[in-house]
Amino acid sequence: MNVAVVAFPGTNCEMDVVEAVRSLGAEAQVVFHDGDHLDGVDAVVIAGGFAHGDYLRPGAIARFSPIMPAVGDFAAEGGPVVGICNGFQVLTEAGLLPGALQKNAGLKFRCETSELRVETTDSALTGEAEVGQVLRIPINHFEGNYTCSPETLAELRAEDRIVLRYVDNPNGSVDDIAGICNAGRNVVGLMPHPERAGHELLGSTDGRVLISSLLSAAGARSAVSA
Amino acid sequence: MAAAEQTPRNGDAHDDSSDGEPVHRALGLTDDELDRIRDTLGREPNHLELAMYSVMWSEHCSYKSSRIHLRRFPTEAPWVLVGPGEGAGVVDVGDGIAAALRIESHNHPSAIEPYQGAATGVGGILRDIFSVGARPVAVMDPLRFGPLDDARSRWIAEGVVSGVSGYGNSVGVPNVGGETVFDETYQGNPLVNVLCLGLMPTERLVLGRAEGVGNLAVLLGSSTGRDGIGGVSVLASAGFGDDEADADKRPSVQVGDPFEEKRLIEACLELLDRDLAVGVQDLGGAGITCATAETAAKGGAGMDVDVDAVPRREPHMAPFEVMTSESQERMLAIVEPDKLDDVLAIARRWEVQATVIGTVTDSGRLRIVTAADGGGPEVVADVPAKSLEDEAPLYDRPRSEPADLAVRREDSANSLPAPSDLGADLLDMLCDTSWVWSQYDHMLFLNTVIAPGGDAAVLRLKHPTTGVDTGRGMAMTTDGNHLWCAVDPRLGSTMTICESVMNLAVVGARPVAMVNCMNFGNPEHPEVMWQLSESVDGLSEALVAFGIPCIGGNVSLYNESRGADIDPTPVVGLLGLIEPLERVPPRPRLVEGGALILVGDTVRELSGSRWAASQGHRGRGRLPEVDLDAVSVAAGVTRELVAADLVLGAHDVSGGGLGLAVAEMAVASGVGATIARIADHVDLFSESAGRAVLCVAPDRVRAVLDVLEAHGVAHSRIGEAGGDRIVVKDLLDVGLAEAADVWRNRLPDSIGSGTTQG
Repeated sequence: MNVAVVAFPGTNCEMDVVEAVRSLGAEAQVVFHDGDHLDGVDAVVIAGGFAHGDYLRPGAIARFSPIMPAVGDFAAEGGPVVGICNGFQVLTEAGLLPGALQKNAGLKFRCETSELRVETTDSALTGEAEVGQVLRIPINHFEGNYTCSPETLAELRAEDRIVLRYVDNPNGSVDDIAGICNAGRNVVGLMPHPERAGHELLGSTDGRVLISSLLSAAGARSAVSA
Repeated sequence: MAAAEQTPRNGDAHDDSSDGEPVHRALGLTDDELDRIRDTLGREPNHLELAMYSVMWSEHCSYKSSRIHLRRFPTEAPWVLVGPGEGAGVVDVGDGIAAALRIESHNHPSAIEPYQGAATGVGGILRDIFSVGARPVAVMDPLRFGPLDDARSRWIAEGVVSGVSGYGNSVGVPNVGGETVFDETYQGNPLVNVLCLGLMPTERLVLGRAEGVGNLAVLLGSSTGRDGIGGVSVLASAGFGDDEADADKRPSVQVGDPFEEKRLIEACLELLDRDLAVGVQDLGGAGITCATAETAAKGGAGMDVDVDAVPRREPHMAPFEVMTSESQERMLAIVEPDKLDDVLAIARRWEVQATVIGTVTDSGRLRIVTAADGGGPEVVADVPAKSLEDEAPLYDRPRSEPADLAVRREDSANSLPAPSDLGADLLDMLCDTSWVWSQYDHMLFLNTVIAPGGDAAVLRLKHPTTGVDTGRGMAMTTDGNHLWCAVDPRLGSTMTICESVMNLAVVGARPVAMVNCMNFGNPEHPEVMWQLSESVDGLSEALVAFGIPCIGGNVSLYNESRGADIDPTPVVGLLGLIEPLERVPPRPRLVEGGALILVGDTVRELSGSRWAASQGHRGRGRLPEVDLDAVSVAAGVTRELVAADLVLGAHDVSGGGLGLAVAEMAVASGVGATIARIADHVDLFSESAGRAVLCVAPDRVRAVLDVLEAHGVAHSRIGEAGGDRIVVKDLLDVGLAEAADVWRNRLPDSIGSGTTQG
């Protein structure tokens, strides 16, 4: 099992994701944005941070990085791709997920532990969780206020593509959305940081079920294609 | 190239500036200092040379008023790898890991332009840390602002917090704690201090040295612009006057770019990882002048700098502008010529500009060369590197205790009338600071075990390159108390160290290093110099008693506004180790049914306390006596109790006394408390040193008392946790919900009531 953790200049959570994946017994390595291919990879995580300084708009420059076509191809082939925080923003900018992330309703950066409700287990990130399960996972963002057109929202609801909702909405996201997936259910974006909830000393281990779900999804796909 | 003896041509120092003031004075140099420069050079300095001396001999860069006192700090311990005087102090923390620690002030820029002032403060301290080879892993921000009921102070507070948040989050270093204090003494002159901790494999430790004749000085990072010219001399080394003049200083504040800094960090650490640099030096105050002079002087070498090679943001910049600009996000690397290509390749990968701007020589002189005037290369400044760095004037400025000190000391706050509503007085002190720190990423790197809001931040200690968890922890605290130091700067400073030591003890940590940021008023006032000298002695006495080395510091003088000096505010940062870190250490929390035990002896003295200040009694009386041996034992035993897992919750007792300590534990945990055997408001609000409140499970009480008794530590069972009220029998009784509301809403409500830009 091999997870590629994509990092752009300005990304800062890449080593945290590597640590979280390794703590579950899988392999992970950082893939820098200037490469243009993903070889022997079972899953892709786009880590959080401030790719290209969030200049212009979070994710707006990163979507043009050399690595992004390879990420798009991997996703089109059904490979599991997860964007965390800034990674979610990159995925929406790249058109791999619908909608956009705007400034928090309170116009403040917020770093705190939030409660998330699992809304579907039919996604690359939640296969091992239970619907209705509440997870304590940190958020850390200024632009995490998810928005989309009413049509898109209706589609996300109808197709059971809202993966995670905030129990107590911290940023003004429409319909309390914390994470969504694409129609293929293999591309997931979420603002909270599951890698930050993986060790007893850090106050919560609730992120492990999500990372573990991702590894299972990757394993299942690799087994089929092998 | 011109010979060293030739007098460089770059204007005549006798020229008057436009308003008729001699140039050296306009640059902040005194007449005596000009004579000193003449003696050193054996001739008249030119404009450029004067500008270079003015920034290097500024108070901010040279510590000319304070160095004579700072020498008294104890700086040695077997685990100290680098003491004061380098970019950062460094200690060996075991498992092949070295920890770099540094604290800085950005008070004056933040008063003028709060967002950028605070942001560039963060940027500057990070460069200090990675210039010794360490990866910055945590920042802390001790912040002090004017009162919350002043709209301009709120504007400064909001801007500073936004700046720290905007820069620190983006650059990717977690902000794990600090302090937020509001007080009238900081109106118009906030204190924005910032501390940074970095980690490195011990063998990667590097120092900013220019060694090896023919080695190249490579400037990395941003282009040089006109921002921050003379920042150290114009801003940091003078006080504030009227609003209009202060607004004029705004162009002296630099503008930060955290994305540039992030790439610069990664590029520099990769250079050091691959052993491609002889030395690395940050460009902070005094810009290229400081970086080139310091590396050359410390390496016992000289340097020729080609000022034309420096990449610029705008055309027509004069050499003195290039040499003194404080444009942010720049580093200087000293590189052997055959490694230059590798260095440039790393810089390209991180999209960091890299330019050779100089060559190490054996002349001992810093020479600035330009061909801008059309002809061939011409030396436009030529001075001994050491004279800029080491030979700044050293002042033993006059100091005297305040004339009315004896009278003031006789006026104890114990004689104030007893409060009519103790509950209201207690509620007035409650303030949850999470409005500040929830805007900071405090979790990055997966180390943060205790986040801001506790007595000390607690971090896992992982190897900085392999990521291997050592199973040990680090704890950090920053503390300062101007109310104590206004009464007695010496004893107040001693008490500050005691507070820090107890903050570490309640999370089970043993102190290993201290850094300090000495925030004082105008050094030309003899009372201020007396305060500084007393404070150094007070800190030193405590450090010696606890066996803690001082590994670095910063002095910020001229903190004054409209003629009044701020209360003396030494801020200290302590690093401690927790060995092993097996569980989350106790926090300032109550657990239903827990017994409350007060550790340490309460001295019945209210002078210098927050309660006294709330009654208008400030800077008078005598502080409670401190028994350093008793504090040392109490801290050691508290640490032992925590390590033995006998404690459910713990909080040091300091500002606000026992009353505030218990109330803070209650509101933070949603559990009430009932306290008894407190005689009066003096016992409740005394801030005597070396105390802590422990919340202990009923079946562990006997064990805890046995340990305390065995070591002869003064203690008392004061009550128990539980219920929905905070009760001090016969003194006060407030509802927990009301107290929690006051605590939680004070800061957001105050800031939300509007700000006024100054």
